Amino acid sequence: MKSLEELKAIREKMQGQIGLRSESSEKTRVVVGMATCGIASGARPVLNALSDAVQSKGLSNVQVTMTGCIGLCQYEPIVEVFEPGKDKVTYVKMTPEKALEVVDQHLIRGQVVSKYTIAEVLG
Amino acid sequence: MYRSHVLVCGGTGCTSSGSAKIIETLQAEIKKNGLKDEVAVVQTGCHGLCALGPIIVVYPEATFYTLIKPEDIPEIVSEHLVKGRVVERLVYKEETKDKGTISLNDTDFYKKQHRIALRNCGVINPENIDEYIATGGYEALGKVLTEYTPEQVIQIVMDSGLRGRGGGGFSTGLKWKLARANEADQKYVCCNADEGDPGAFMDRSILEGDPHVVLEAMAIAGYAIGANQGYIYVRAEYPIAVERLKIAIAQAREYGLLGKNIFNTGFDFDIDLRLGAGAFVCGEETALMTSIEGNRGEPRPRPPFPAQKGLYQKPTLLNNVETYANIPQIILNGPEWFASMGTEKSKGTKVFALGGKVRNTGLVEIPMGTTLREVIEDIGGGIPNGKKFKAAQTGGPSGGCIPVEHYDVPIDYDNLIQIGSMMGSGGLIVMDEDNCMVDIAKFFLGFTVDESCGKCTPCRIGTKRLYELLDKITNGQGTMEDLDKLEELCYYIKENALCGLGQTAPNPVLSTLNYFKDEYKAHVLERRCPAGVCKALLSYVIDPVLCKGCTMCSRVCPNGAISGKVKEAHVIDQSKCIKCGACMEKCKFGAISKK
Repeated sequence: MKSLEELKAIREKMQGQIGLRSESSEKTRVVVGMATCGIASGARPVLNALSDAVQSKGLSNVQVTMTGCIGLCQYEPIVEVFEPGKDKVTYVKMTPEKALEVVDQHLIRGQVVSKYTIAEVLG
Repeated sequence: MYRSHVLVCGGTGCTSSGSAKIIETLQAEIKKNGLKDEVAVVQTGCHGLCALGPIIVVYPEATFYTLIKPEDIPEIVSEHLVKGRVVERLVYKEETKDKGTISLNDTDFYKKQHRIALRNCGVINPENIDEYIATGGYEALGKVLTEYTPEQVIQIVMDSGLRGRGGGGFSTGLKWKLARANEADQKYVCCNADEGDPGAFMDRSILEGDPHVVLEAMAIAGYAIGANQGYIYVRAEYPIAVERLKIAIAQAREYGLLGKNIFNTGFDFDIDLRLGAGAFVCGEETALMTSIEGNRGEPRPRPPFPAQKGLYQKPTLLNNVETYANIPQIILNGPEWFASMGTEKSKGTKVFALGGKVRNTGLVEIPMGTTLREVIEDIGGGIPNGKKFKAAQTGGPSGGCIPVEHYDVPIDYDNLIQIGSMMGSGGLIVMDEDNCMVDIAKFFLGFTVDESCGKCTPCRIGTKRLYELLDKITNGQGTMEDLDKLEELCYYIKENALCGLGQTAPNPVLSTLNYFKDEYKAHVLERRCPAGVCKALLSYVIDPVLCKGCTMCSRVCPNGAISGKVKEAHVIDQSKCIKCGACMEKCKFGAISKK
């Protein structure tokens, strides 16, 4: 280790991963439905895509977690985004590609990707 | 990238309750379910709730599973990790509450704690230097080497108000200043990891859970006092700690965080381990250094103090593990931050090893000034089986007992001394009405008699005589003159012993004599042990009215002391009774009592 920059580089590289282990009520929670229905319709790749993107982009205020059946099995995979002080946003029929869009637009820029939300899809 | 981290405690407590097997099963199950690339298994240090091990924490949800058996693993994997359904039956529930608490930091046990020294324990993988760096590790060292002069570092430590966590409570900053002030061609930085108080294990947990913090702090100390060599004196009975320290030192050397020209600043510092064979006296600073030098671990008179002539007759700085663990955080957050916690003369936090008659046994870190009541009732979950608090023992064999009238005294160095105990290394043993205070004093004296090194007479012979007097009293043969003799001898040893071991050895006797004189008197005058502990003074009797003649007691008695016919009242032959209490445990009718 010859410089503080090298230390900082290691810290930044690792921080996204360790960030998974912090607890805070201020965090945005991204919840993926992972019941049988969700898994069958492909929730796991969605979950992994979200988790990877959040960590690699260093979004330390976002927690990606999972839950059981949300109750709308025909619209799985479902992803819900809970931001502190805001209404819940429910995305339906998700794919890893759509999930990445949500990360870029919603989680980073704060713009809800309306076309994937339950209100739009159900019409 | 992993979407979930499963943290398994690999501290000594959880290891002995089988956490290695848990990790193995967990990895196999995760592989079987095809989650190998999604879920990481991380072995961490101690979480503190050792009574409930093995402990598993699943992130990002921070679900806290306790008392896990290998059989539980398939369910955790298939339910929680595959489907996101928390396995409720395995989640930690506060005994004092009805509803289950899910998140770790919401539990009463953790809520009132404030973790500085233990901040990484149970959170990072201690065998991976990158995880330590991710939590800000080695930044304090970088900051110190590139921004501060040694004098500034010492000033920061002085301003923080940090005092030695090993027992004495001497100002850490002042210690550093004295070590810096002495000019020499060679100086040393030592770490006292010879934790010996019965029941205290905070230093072990820090070494096992966050070994790099000690290395970083020692390097900072080396820069501050002008030393380039450090030694960690650690007990050989701490194999996990030794192993992780070895790994940590190798990793730090590989990264250039130990060795030559650290951060390209021209500062050299290296650390080596020295293993102690387990003598209690080697926790005393001069005995510790004598032992590192390769000699028999015996103390030497002070002065000269270690800061003048320590290891190999060179100026030496010696701090305890927990003291070091606070240093990097003080550097990064500033001395004002640290000084804002605690009481007027005791700043920051202290780790206690909570044990004895309390629900949650384990490690707790609390701000100085927390009351004993909060520690025992709120964090510790109170005393089990509806028993009443009688006293708490702090400071191990050097400390004393705190009775219930001081239950609300804020815990800090000076208050504890004032009420006749001491901080010590932080053992905190809770006692209820079933503990005999004379017996407790005898227990600690038994320990010091064994551990006295024998170099000075007051300690070698004095503690032995103290023990004999206590033995006489607990056997019901004591006299009131013995009590006076006991007290006189205590003061004599305190004044004349060579080192801290002997000088503090009488404390358990003095504090119990002070607060529980009535109990001593009951042993002497009435030949009675009020707590029902001292075997020579109690007898088991069967109430003929309550006894149903079920014969259970006579069958369980190992010495054939109980006789009686079926459906008739039984009788204990006192001459045969060995007072084991087995009959009382077995009796379903509450007919047997001890007097």
